[in-house]
Amino acid sequence: MEWEVVIGLEIHAQLATKSKIFSGASTAYGAEPNTQACAIDLGMPGVLPVLNEEAVRMAAKFGLAVGSRVSNRSVFARKNYFYPDLPKGYQISQFELPIVAGGRLEIQVEGEDARMIAITRAHLEEDAGKSLHEGFQGLTGVDLNRAGTPLLEIVSEPDMRSAKEAVAYMKKIHSLVQYLEICDGNMQEGSFRCDANVSIRPKGQEKLGTRSEIKNLNSFRFVERAINFEVERQIDVIEGGGEVVQETRLYDSDKDETRSMRSKEEAFDYRYFPDPDLLPIELDEAYIEAVRSMLPELPDEKKARFMAELGLAEYEASVLTASRELADYFEEAARIAGDDAKRTANWVMGDLLGALNKAGKEIADSPVSAALLGGMLQRINDHTISGKIAKQVFECMWNGEGNADSVIEAKGLKQMTDSGEIEIIIDEIIANNLGQLEQYRAGKDKLFGFFVGQVMKMTQGKANPAQVNELLKQKLA
Amino acid sequence: MHTKTIAQLSAALRSGEVSSVELTTLFLERIKQHNPALNCFISITETQALEAAVAADQRLKAGNGAPLTGVPIAHKDIFCTQDVKTTCGSRMLDNFIAPYESTCTASFRDAGAVMLGKTNMDEFAMGSSNETSYYGAVKNPWDQGRVPGGSSGGSVAAVAARLAPAATGTDTGGSIRQPAALCGLTGLKPTYGRVSRFGMIAFASSLDQAGPVTYNAEDAALMMNVMAGFDERDSTSVEREVPDYSANLDNGIKGLKIGLPKEYFGEGLDDNIARVIDAAVKEYEALGAVVTEISLPNTGLAVPIYYVVAPAECSTNLSRFDGVRFGHRCDDPQDLFDLYTRSRGEGFGAEVKRRIMIGTYVLSAGYYDAYYLKAQKIRRLISEDFHAAFEKVDVIMGPTAPGTAFKLGEKADDPVTMYLSDIYTIAVNMAGLPAVSIPAGFVDGLPVGLQVIGNYFDESRLLNVAHKYQQATDWHLQLPKEFQ
Repeated sequence: MEWEVVIGLEIHAQLATKSKIFSGASTAYGAEPNTQACAIDLGMPGVLPVLNEEAVRMAAKFGLAVGSRVSNRSVFARKNYFYPDLPKGYQISQFELPIVAGGRLEIQVEGEDARMIAITRAHLEEDAGKSLHEGFQGLTGVDLNRAGTPLLEIVSEPDMRSAKEAVAYMKKIHSLVQYLEICDGNMQEGSFRCDANVSIRPKGQEKLGTRSEIKNLNSFRFVERAINFEVERQIDVIEGGGEVVQETRLYDSDKDETRSMRSKEEAFDYRYFPDPDLLPIELDEAYIEAVRSMLPELPDEKKARFMAELGLAEYEASVLTASRELADYFEEAARIAGDDAKRTANWVMGDLLGALNKAGKEIADSPVSAALLGGMLQRINDHTISGKIAKQVFECMWNGEGNADSVIEAKGLKQMTDSGEIEIIIDEIIANNLGQLEQYRAGKDKLFGFFVGQVMKMTQGKANPAQVNELLKQKLA
Repeated sequence: MHTKTIAQLSAALRSGEVSSVELTTLFLERIKQHNPALNCFISITETQALEAAVAADQRLKAGNGAPLTGVPIAHKDIFCTQDVKTTCGSRMLDNFIAPYESTCTASFRDAGAVMLGKTNMDEFAMGSSNETSYYGAVKNPWDQGRVPGGSSGGSVAAVAARLAPAATGTDTGGSIRQPAALCGLTGLKPTYGRVSRFGMIAFASSLDQAGPVTYNAEDAALMMNVMAGFDERDSTSVEREVPDYSANLDNGIKGLKIGLPKEYFGEGLDDNIARVIDAAVKEYEALGAVVTEISLPNTGLAVPIYYVVAPAECSTNLSRFDGVRFGHRCDDPQDLFDLYTRSRGEGFGAEVKRRIMIGTYVLSAGYYDAYYLKAQKIRRLISEDFHAAFEKVDVIMGPTAPGTAFKLGEKADDPVTMYLSDIYTIAVNMAGLPAVSIPAGFVDGLPVGLQVIGNYFDESRLLNVAHKYQQATDWHLQLPKEFQ
């Protein structure tokens, strides 16, 4: 039987507010346990939540960026369950009336057609603290620094059909929230994580299969591996004559498998109801339009512009707009370089990303800044150096040896453009290789490359290749 | 001096007739003398009170005293007070000292009022007799074999016995007005959102409201001048100008339109109480008011609806008491489940457990629509009854409670009968309206309260209406024998 995979994601993006969603405590990561939890975060008796307006603005930004309806009225609800890292015994979330309803996002898996993924909703909620099970001699420690950190939970429709699509969707959201500057996207610190709902059904069947929910996936690689494992597991279960049960599962990255956490029967009854301590969020059209006017250029808009204005191919434009930082880097380098955006694109996607990848660095930590790269590309454009020499210059800049001009100066890499000088060298080469000249003239065209190579060797690559070609053609004729 | 109103004490303090230290000492002595019998106080804060009194005297001397500077008062033990234990009448919080001050008590502190102590109350404000307190029942100063009402029973009994000249209380379904009626005092429940709930331990968040317990309306106005106001730490408090509640007390009430809801005078009301209320209404007519009968058709639904909404909210408000971070923790927990169940099982009393269970039930999957959602819809109908009534009348009057103070233990084993003692007060909380209970007479030597319900933020008018009555009558001047 041929199976179709059905995946929906619930992404939790930690909003980049300075203070918590309902208190004034700091959201900074990595502080000593329980030093960033105030009376409100601790759920002390009598204290009350007060909504952080910045979190609302960020959620609205997201909604507008995915073409959603930003609700004029949304309501906070209490999600009730007991756990030591949930101080109040309930999480303040949104249930029936979320701040963002409906939306969509186009994703593209390499080599496949672009697909539209529908977003069901996005709602505001507070994060819980952390339970620490190690280092307390069989006891559990509770760190409430994270309690009350604002989250935007972004829920998709079950529109994805492969682990690769799920990853593409998650990456797209990851990029988008950073574009919007509403989430730092730091997955190691848990600022961006997801739960995946996975089911399978016979190809062609409309009815959805029974799903399992894989909790708390905090890397793109884990999302892909966990989903693939889960799909295989479900196929094995069904083809072995069994039934998939609705349950929550955990992905164990060490063993690369998912494990059952609790079944539907054991599922919590969260007893959601509107939180009487908080007023509904009322947003009028003027507010929503003001937020819309503050939106930055979004990835898809940027991509279209790179294609239309800078003449990039779709693939190049996609790669270069995948993150705001990369796009900004590219645009800055292209601006400094001058008119040839295509060359800038090639350098950024080839040499720069290659070097960063090899060094395990992010674009933000690149030793070669956009200004440095742009400055070097300028020297290619004005023929001071050739593309080949530029690779050497790039390496020197990467190693911190200064900007292109100082490297060219220090290493004497300036391109030879005096045709008289090049002619003297060519004449000398011809004089020393009369045999090859004879063969060339007899029709062995391939030897043209030999002469080019000799000139480049003699000039240490500094001769202008176009000029060399031109002069050689004359001299060898 | 102990029988004076806070308005009189304020004047005496300003004129130098008495010092705050003298007054504070006087009341502390009265507390020491009578509290063992009445059990009004959970904590008596003698040291802090005397320190505050010294500071108040300096402030008065320097001439920058506020009206309540130097006046001793008591706070219900539901308000968190920094450095002083806040128990909420529960074993759960027997060891709890808040690291913050409630907005309400902070306002009194800043005004220079002197806190004598924290008063007894039904556990987590759940009760109508003050018998559910972990710290024992409070006795009614008019008859110590009877309850003072609840949940603000300690505050009310303390003021009735003149152990404090005024006190704060909270009212979720009648917890200020019903005990005020049963002890012969003036008790005001302000409009929901008028007084900050920050630092006030929540019972039912959408209903809870703090208010004053005083001898008379004039004192209630002085207390409201301190308590009322917007608080950015309470999202449900209302950003609205606070009037001077003392300013309109003496306004005439000629032509005042009083509505008498026929549903408040039907079955379940003691005939003797009905006669007292009739007489009070006649007095208002004599003062120039015009009386009409009105109808609040959904009155009968208020109690059942309340016992869905309030338990639903309390069931989750009280989830934070889990033995993990503060409050009672069972000895030697074996695992997490044991920690939760024993800490909560030991920390909460029977009435609190009953309401947590009811609340958990009505919010459960499969029951939510039938109970919680339906209750919210009826709650709206109850509010609409009042909105319609206030199209026609200025205030609504009726009995505060269906009977006088009942005997200790009389209703303790019959929760439904107990719940019905709030039948006239609960609808007011459901609608979020202000209402005041004032002494209107006696039945068999026990006080009877008249409830006056006003439109939203109409506290000034309520106090004016109450004050005019108190100028014409002397019910509020009566004192229980032992405490004269």
